[in-house]
Amino acid sequence: MSENILELKGLKKHFKTTAGGFFSREKAVVKAVDGVDLTIGHGETVGLVGESGCGKTTVGRTVMKIYEPTEGAMLFDGEDITHLSRKDMKPFRSQMQMIFQDPFASLNPRHTVGTIIESSFIIHGVEPEGGRKKAIQDLLDRVGLNPEHINRFPHEFSGGQRQRIGIARALALRPKLIVADEPVSALDVSIQAQVVNLLDDLQKELGLSYLFVAHDLSVVQHISDRVVVMYLGKVMETATTESLFNSPRHPYTKALLSAVPIPDPKIERMRERIILQGDLPSPMNPPAGCVFNTRCWKTQAKCFTDVPQTVEIAPGQTIACHFPEPAN
Amino acid sequence: MSKFLEVKNLSVSFPTEDGVVLAANDISYSVDLGETLAIVGESGSGKSVTNLAVMGLHNPQRTQITGQAFINLESGPVDVISAPTEVVRRMRGKTMSMIFQDPMSALHPYYSVGDQIAEAWGLYNSGSKRDGFARAKEMLDLVGIPDVDKRVNEFPHQFSGGMRQRVMIAMALVNNPSLLIADEPTTALDVTVQSQILQLLGGLQKEFNMAIILITHDLGVVAEVADRVCVMYGGRIVENASIDETFYNPLQPYTVGLLNSIPRVDKLGSHRLSAIPGQPPSLINLPRGCAFEPRCQFASSVAGNLCKTTNPNLDEKSTDHFARCHLSTTQLHQLLAKNESGAK
Repeated sequence: MSENILELKGLKKHFKTTAGGFFSREKAVVKAVDGVDLTIGHGETVGLVGESGCGKTTVGRTVMKIYEPTEGAMLFDGEDITHLSRKDMKPFRSQMQMIFQDPFASLNPRHTVGTIIESSFIIHGVEPEGGRKKAIQDLLDRVGLNPEHINRFPHEFSGGQRQRIGIARALALRPKLIVADEPVSALDVSIQAQVVNLLDDLQKELGLSYLFVAHDLSVVQHISDRVVVMYLGKVMETATTESLFNSPRHPYTKALLSAVPIPDPKIERMRERIILQGDLPSPMNPPAGCVFNTRCWKTQAKCFTDVPQTVEIAPGQTIACHFPEPAN
Repeated sequence: MSKFLEVKNLSVSFPTEDGVVLAANDISYSVDLGETLAIVGESGSGKSVTNLAVMGLHNPQRTQITGQAFINLESGPVDVISAPTEVVRRMRGKTMSMIFQDPMSALHPYYSVGDQIAEAWGLYNSGSKRDGFARAKEMLDLVGIPDVDKRVNEFPHQFSGGMRQRVMIAMALVNNPSLLIADEPTTALDVTVQSQILQLLGGLQKEFNMAIILITHDLGVVAEVADRVCVMYGGRIVENASIDETFYNPLQPYTVGLLNSIPRVDKLGSHRLSAIPGQPPSLINLPRGCAFEPRCQFASSVAGNLCKTTNPNLDEKSTDHFARCHLSTTQLHQLLAKNESGAK
């Protein structure tokens, strides 16, 4: 057993598109993920955050080999899976599973809950002890659904319950790593907490590791041990949850945290906000130098020419910035 | 003294094959110029339906609306529920305006943003197309869109999500409305862009002394901008109070549960979230008693099964603080204190 369940080294995923219109021959490259280093230890939850278009979902999908990585290396439990073929990948697939954002689109409306979960067993030729039906019912029970509902269809469930079905399906093959892509963002506030608690419990019980991809920093803060902040395909800051939220050192992390509204009116009135100007630049044409230079308030000449190297600024806290914020 | 908008006993229901959906039930609230009222609730709690009724945007053939919604104009109050369609149509855009959650589906893809804003302006102003475009540029500049001379001729798909929402705001405000209803205006946006938009709305409100109704499910956003809060559940208002009362002295178990169930970035620690168990009710078969009773942790503390049998009234529990609960303030405080000592 390796020290880390997942290790990404300089992972890149570039997509080719046509530049200048549909009929144009000119090809452009979207650098959706551009050199990401990330490790997840056994039983650890790593939060991956950033604005839409920063490449966080692409990282999750590349880890699952839904996308073929362009460059870099991916180690799963110490074994290189970067360029494995579909067939060679199969034994690993059962050890890593995914939970999707949209509980309405990710379940086949024509299949019953039982069929949806059973398909994992069929594909991997697994015959669980006590039979498949019993295994499925145990799973349903485990995620807080009524085991008698095995023959119901997805439309008979609410959003939160469907997300539980998605979780049961992900757990069926007893994976070690779960990539959860915005698992609670489509749910109502009062249901979000239920699902977050469920994910917490399952981790404690089954020793799961999570790659938790989300944009909601309050949820990420709650569930993660460590957090990776991405911007325009690159990692800006990696730190333990505590250091990241108490003492963010990258200006982008600081701005992102200051933009999260806190449900406490007195604190809100006192708070000084850093309001970032403008939007995320297009990943087809990222700025030279530091990718954050178009919105950063601390830029100097160096930021427009030199790409900042990732350095360890405090134990366990790495950032890519020429002019880091002081520690709190 | 009457406020600018006063909604009184408004109910909205939709007859469907499965039965009548009572989407909004006996809703009353008011909002004054310069004030921001937040309406908070989960999907299906009736928050959008109520405000679409105020805007007169329901299909009269498929919707039953009862109650009143007075807009107090200088010329006298107008009840937008009973007023003829034509009267309401002439108020829409000028007296009251609305922005929606998804700006992409609210903007027309075939027309340039300048065209669309100029059209809204042209409805209430006689002027040439050139005047309309000049006004559109002015508005785009006001909402912070750079390079206006070029952008005014561009189409919605050429704008980012945040910029589209700015275009929507520009269009909604082009005729200086007194009331702006913002239905989840920042839900589809990233937090950094969300804070830009909220800051923009706050600034425009001060400048034009608008009444804003903000429909949202995000209590963080509420804490940031609202003066007053209505919490909705199962088609009813369950609590209506000032912002500080709502957050620091909630008197309805649903509000209490909602506030406790959200993780906060400023409070570190891996404590367990106190989730509200169960599911929101179906609006077709609302419980006879309190709609929140099946999920309420305190229902058993009320004597005589009252929560199951009788729906509580929206009582004034303390000055200007309304809540719908059988528990008295003292009882609720005792139960909450007991919970807290139990948790320790």
